[in-house]
Amino acid sequence: MSDIVLSAENISKQYRLGQLGTGTVSHDLNRWWHRMRGKPDPYLKVGDVNDRSKTASGEYVWSLSDISFNVQRGEVLGIIGKNGAGKSTLLKILSQVTAPTTGVIKIKGRIASLLEVGTGFHPDLTGRENVFLNGAILGMTKTEIKRKLDEIVDFSGVARYIDTPVKRYSSGMMVRLGFAVAAHLEPEILIVDEVLAVGDAEFQKKCLGKMKDVSSEGRTVLFVSHNMGVMNNLCSRIILLDKGRVERAGLPGEIISHYLMGGAENRSFGKIPENTPRHSYHKDVLRINFLEMLGANGERRESFMYLEKAIAEIEIESQAELQDVIIMFSLMQEEIGQLTYSASNDPYNKLKVNIRKGSNKFRISIDQNVLPGNYQVGIAILDKGGYPYDYLQHFGRIKIEKFSEQKDMYPWEKNLGLVNTKTKFEQI
Amino acid sequence: MDKAELSHNEQTQQKWDLVIQPKGKWYDLRLRNVLRYKDLLWLFVRRDFVAVYKQTILGPVWFFVQPVITALTFTVIFGGLAGISTDGIPGILFYLSGITLWTYFSDSLTKISDTFTTNASVFGKVYFPRIIVPLSVIFSNLIKLSVQFLLFLVVWIYFLTTSDKIYPRFELMPLLPLLILIMGFMGLAFGIIITSLTTKYRDLKFLVSFGVQLLMYASPIVYPLSVVPEKYKMILLLNPLTGVIETFKCAFLGSGVFSWVNLSYSIFCTIILLFIGLFLFNRVEKSFTDTV
Repeated sequence: MSDIVLSAENISKQYRLGQLGTGTVSHDLNRWWHRMRGKPDPYLKVGDVNDRSKTASGEYVWSLSDISFNVQRGEVLGIIGKNGAGKSTLLKILSQVTAPTTGVIKIKGRIASLLEVGTGFHPDLTGRENVFLNGAILGMTKTEIKRKLDEIVDFSGVARYIDTPVKRYSSGMMVRLGFAVAAHLEPEILIVDEVLAVGDAEFQKKCLGKMKDVSSEGRTVLFVSHNMGVMNNLCSRIILLDKGRVERAGLPGEIISHYLMGGAENRSFGKIPENTPRHSYHKDVLRINFLEMLGANGERRESFMYLEKAIAEIEIESQAELQDVIIMFSLMQEEIGQLTYSASNDPYNKLKVNIRKGSNKFRISIDQNVLPGNYQVGIAILDKGGYPYDYLQHFGRIKIEKFSEQKDMYPWEKNLGLVNTKTKFEQI
Repeated sequence: MDKAELSHNEQTQQKWDLVIQPKGKWYDLRLRNVLRYKDLLWLFVRRDFVAVYKQTILGPVWFFVQPVITALTFTVIFGGLAGISTDGIPGILFYLSGITLWTYFSDSLTKISDTFTTNASVFGKVYFPRIIVPLSVIFSNLIKLSVQFLLFLVVWIYFLTTSDKIYPRFELMPLLPLLILIMGFMGLAFGIIITSLTTKYRDLKFLVSFGVQLLMYASPIVYPLSVVPEKYKMILLLNPLTGVIETFKCAFLGSGVFSWVNLSYSIFCTIILLFIGLFLFNRVEKSFTDTV
């Protein structure tokens, strides 16, 4: 039997665009007049979808519309989405900073939110005094803080400065102290906005570890971040918001790759559209204008099995004859960047590539050995010195599938790496 | 999670600890929550008290300066230049007795009246009962009041022993805590009404300091109630602060007009204003971050 600790039903939030001014008075009066007669709010009907890039046609916008979800005890729920998708608004509503326009949220147990590190820190007070103040703001009692004070100071790693006013702290120290307090909250539900962006690597690691502990203790975490690696690692489930709606919800791997590919819906294979962003050093000499991925039998493919051979076919339109160029093929991942590299002048290839004026076709056979996941294809035509005539990074994506029939071989859910180095193992 | 789970769950009969809704019931002031955060209240009081005098040499001594200067100014201007009667009481003592409670009221009111705007950054990040902040102002000003009251007592004892014009009515002195309570809550009530009304439309804010000054002249602080002409007396008695200040003067100086009717009227007004204030405050605190 599932144990739901938070249930959101049809949450919507409407905001008014632009400045508040005299215009709002007439709206307020009109709204009041409708309410007096028992009629619904006339301005709730109007409102655009929350799309940051388009100019609004009305004065109101639905920052969130009709969001429903449940969270179970012990779950780490991630919320992802582009800037302005409504993530922060949702967290604000959940932490009661602002009320939803419509909808109900029901919560079981104590809820604490961490939308900002060190909220309410007073610059003139010492670190110790601020620990008490911040702890109390976050909902701890004095005795609770006293009990955990040593632990908090220890976790923050600023013990030496604990009796110095925080205005003398570096911003990193301030964050450390703030997070240390928050990390020692013991709510049943913890809401965390992207707060790990600051602080050094060591401290970030510490924080993530702490958040894992929290969930393993059976407490629930709601977490917003743009760091997909962290999300994949930490969350048991992810909700993807887009324009104020729940676009998708499910397992992290699935949702994250959907999200990362989301921006590239029309960048599949075939003829490359004119407006595709490219990188080139020698302008207007040549263009790659066709890319296709094929299976071993020559059929068009977008997904390949793990370790399956793949073929890329490209067509280049050149304005000039070129000698000794290099074709490069790579696989990339959004988070990491370029992951693999192979080129036509590799020792085992040593192909001398000459380009004719007009159309040129090339076949690239890939003995791919990346682990299951989504990858972006990168193709470049370089001169001898490595400067690109054309470098295509934002077109073409492939998916490497897991073996379904070889579950025993890879029993783990998550990849333990990205590239298989084709290593030979021998007993000696 | 699949689509079916996304939709309504059927466990609506479950017990929930917290339900977040667009608008709560108007009579639900959620004061129970305040008790849970009482530690925060004390920490805010401490912060306000400590932070103000950090990096000053004299520290809380500055509490004395304000009333002394004000009383001296009044003595020179209203007593010396304008020649307004002080009912035979030595000027400095007369003014000090009025200012002490008045400052508590006016300082609290002024500070509380922009609760939402000055705390917007904190309120925008964390939830705690917002009323904690105005309450903390009342309490930290209480500390200030007690220091200033001490000053008043010193001056009072000095004149009590050196002059024979003061006839304190000691039987009224037990009313002092009640007087302080009324002044504090009145400041709170006015303050939260103003801050609630000014989150969206800030026009009213410009009237606050002006209004407080006007209210001071409409209270028997720089003049005794006894010298007010009969036709204006009614207006003065409508002011709920009049009863409190007169009672205080009557108790310590024996010069005011004490009446249970006036005092009850003050209590009555305080309660009404406080309820209006809490009601408005409660409505605004839920969504003020969108309009501040």
